[in-house]
Amino acid sequence: MSDAPKRDELTGVETTGHDWDGITELDNPLPKWWLYIFYACIGLSVLGWIWYPSWPVWMGEWTYLKGVAGFSKRAEVSRELAEIEAGREVYFKQIRAQSLEDIRTDPELLQVSLAGGAAAFGDNCAPCHGSGAQGFAGFPNLNDDAWLWGGTLDDIHTTLRHGIRWEADMDTRLSMMQGYLKDGILSRSEVSDVVQYVLGFSGREDDNEAARRGATTFAEICSACHMEDGTGMHELGAPDLTDAIWLYGGDKDTIYETVANGRGGVMPAWAGRLDDATIKQLALYVHSLGGGEEPQP
Amino acid sequence: MTASITSGHNKAKAPEPPQPGGEEGPLYQSRVKIYPKRVSGTFRNLKWLVMIVTLGVYYVTPWLRWDRGATAPDQAVLLDLPHRRFYFFFIEIWPQEVYYLTGLLILAALLLFLFTSLFGRVWCGYACPQTVWTDLFIWVERLVQGDRNKRMKLDKSPWTATKIAKKSLTHFIWLVLSVATGGAWVFYFADAPSLMTGLLTGEAPLAAYLAIAGLTFTTYSLGGLMREQVCTYMCPWPRIQGAMFDADTFLVSYKPDRGEPRGPHKKGESWDGRGDCIDCQACVAVCPVGIDIRNGPQLECIQCALCIDACNEIMDKIDRPRGLIDYETLAMPDARAKGEKPKIRLVRGRTIIYSLSILLTAAVMGYGLLTRGDLEMSVLRDRNPLFVPLSDGSVRNGYTIKILNKAHETRNFSIELSGMEGLALSRPNAVDSPDRVTVAPDDVQSVRLYVTAPADIVRSPVLADGEKAINIAIRDMESGAVASRNTVFRGPQSRSQGRR
Repeated sequence: MSDAPKRDELTGVETTGHDWDGITELDNPLPKWWLYIFYACIGLSVLGWIWYPSWPVWMGEWTYLKGVAGFSKRAEVSRELAEIEAGREVYFKQIRAQSLEDIRTDPELLQVSLAGGAAAFGDNCAPCHGSGAQGFAGFPNLNDDAWLWGGTLDDIHTTLRHGIRWEADMDTRLSMMQGYLKDGILSRSEVSDVVQYVLGFSGREDDNEAARRGATTFAEICSACHMEDGTGMHELGAPDLTDAIWLYGGDKDTIYETVANGRGGVMPAWAGRLDDATIKQLALYVHSLGGGEEPQP
Repeated sequence: MTASITSGHNKAKAPEPPQPGGEEGPLYQSRVKIYPKRVSGTFRNLKWLVMIVTLGVYYVTPWLRWDRGATAPDQAVLLDLPHRRFYFFFIEIWPQEVYYLTGLLILAALLLFLFTSLFGRVWCGYACPQTVWTDLFIWVERLVQGDRNKRMKLDKSPWTATKIAKKSLTHFIWLVLSVATGGAWVFYFADAPSLMTGLLTGEAPLAAYLAIAGLTFTTYSLGGLMREQVCTYMCPWPRIQGAMFDADTFLVSYKPDRGEPRGPHKKGESWDGRGDCIDCQACVAVCPVGIDIRNGPQLECIQCALCIDACNEIMDKIDRPRGLIDYETLAMPDARAKGEKPKIRLVRGRTIIYSLSILLTAAVMGYGLLTRGDLEMSVLRDRNPLFVPLSDGSVRNGYTIKILNKAHETRNFSIELSGMEGLALSRPNAVDSPDRVTVAPDDVQSVRLYVTAPADIVRSPVLADGEKAINIAIRDMESGAVASRNTVFRGPQSRSQGRR
């Protein structure tokens, strides 16, 4: 491929000696200014070393030349972050000062809150509730209209601040679904009977006799929290047993397991861990996912 | 014959003796300064005309007004970067329609291809900003320092007060022209009259001053100092154009068969047995890129045709026919040599293909522009979660629709669902009723929609596959204009079907 340079007949210029399938390249001299630009670039890079942090140096320990401009990428990032924080603070101030209902009717604040809430949800809530808030068995789906502890803005806000069964928080939401078989309160057959009765709320019982027997147990024990008609109670986080939504699963075996061994899901209290404005944003975001309830007049 | 293009600079040099030892010449070469001589004639006049028109268009366009109502700027041509809009008279382009700009560039490229295959580097010779501004700067140089000979003498003379004055004045005018060039450019990006006021009072945005400074620098250095080196070394276009010539492309050419053998000619001598070229160097003196056109087609040649004017002037003086240097194809001398009549072949394979491509592109763009509406909508379906089962057994799907109101007035829309029975529409935090949306003029609005299918429909065969095609439409409540999109509604697959 490489030969001795030849002189091109047509132009009288030497070739580079490189030959690609008969194509050769003339070895014309480069223009001078091109060379000067090259030198200018070298000069500029030297200026860069002086201006910006550059070489590592040994001064008793390894450090580096700081540059006369005092420039630091780390400081730059901190400054930019502080700028973002300051920009957010304008909204955060208003969010902290205003009630959730007022924020909701202010389109700009609402937009900021929903965006901020979505980000905070991804950072803090998604591990249990899923990135789309769709939940998993034992971790409620926040998109639907079934709320254990209530689905108004204020209810969600309270749950977020104080958590559920979070003992470190004095005001946490507390209730207990005992293990009725485990704790020796009900026998196996009594549990089976009450499961048949519960299935009956959604018309799915397969043993009417058992269901009738279970009705008595339900009235004596379960209705204290789940109410006599099985529709549950927000104040105690008792789920509605008549609807189509089951936190742990609505099949016979899972309901049996729930009654026999009890349940007691935990959600941490976020007050103190997240700032108040972020918690408000989260409440607004979760409420906007489609199942948010309006306060009863 | 094929178009072979060689480098004129090297040809002009005296050939060095071959150096078999591989001893190389200089690695770098200084620029040989060029002093183009004044010339007058048809092509010079054409170039003046093109210069006046192109510079006129460039400087005047930002000041043209075009009424678009109160909600949009009234500048005829405006690239509004902060608001992401491009205004061009009656056309308004949104960022997602940037393909119109792409189309425009494709059209421009194809036109360039067509003209290049027909008439060579006419773009370079007449209309390229580099050529136009260089021409303007040479004109200034000539105005202050005199024509070719005077300029050469001035450069050789010692630095006297007159020389300093003349040189300074030249550079000063160049700088003024450069500032004006950069100044005009920024007017395309903001309201020209108010930016002008801002620039003069020092209140314009920093970006405007920086842009002017940058363009002043490039105009001054490229038009005043670099000149033909930009075309020879920096611009990729000449290299590409070389591939578009063929034997039937009209190029500025010297006719060797008529001109040779060349030599001085005394008045009254016979023209028998010699060529028409009297070796007067007029064509070389006027050349802005410093080549000798008589050496054949060359890389540096921008085909400005000034050598044609120069030669014609001489031919008139010595009473020989014009056109020793002329627009000619490479096939013509061959035809003359064979005694055939030179043929003009404008219609050729490549020109037909280029023309058809131009027509096609223009037709597609024109159709798109004429038929596009001022209303658009897009639908983004929630994928996480795919659907939400609700407590009463119904199923809800979430959608985000974007409404693009390109009209310059506020519009009210109703949202309509179709394709499935019993669908109910709701919106979180909706102020008005969920199926009514108001969109500000010239604005985009995102709307979250929750669509719920009742339990009996969810259990019915309609949703047996777990999905059903539906349509979301928005209707302008005043004009009745409709935009709609197809999407799907999802639910659980029915149990009887099993998992697939």
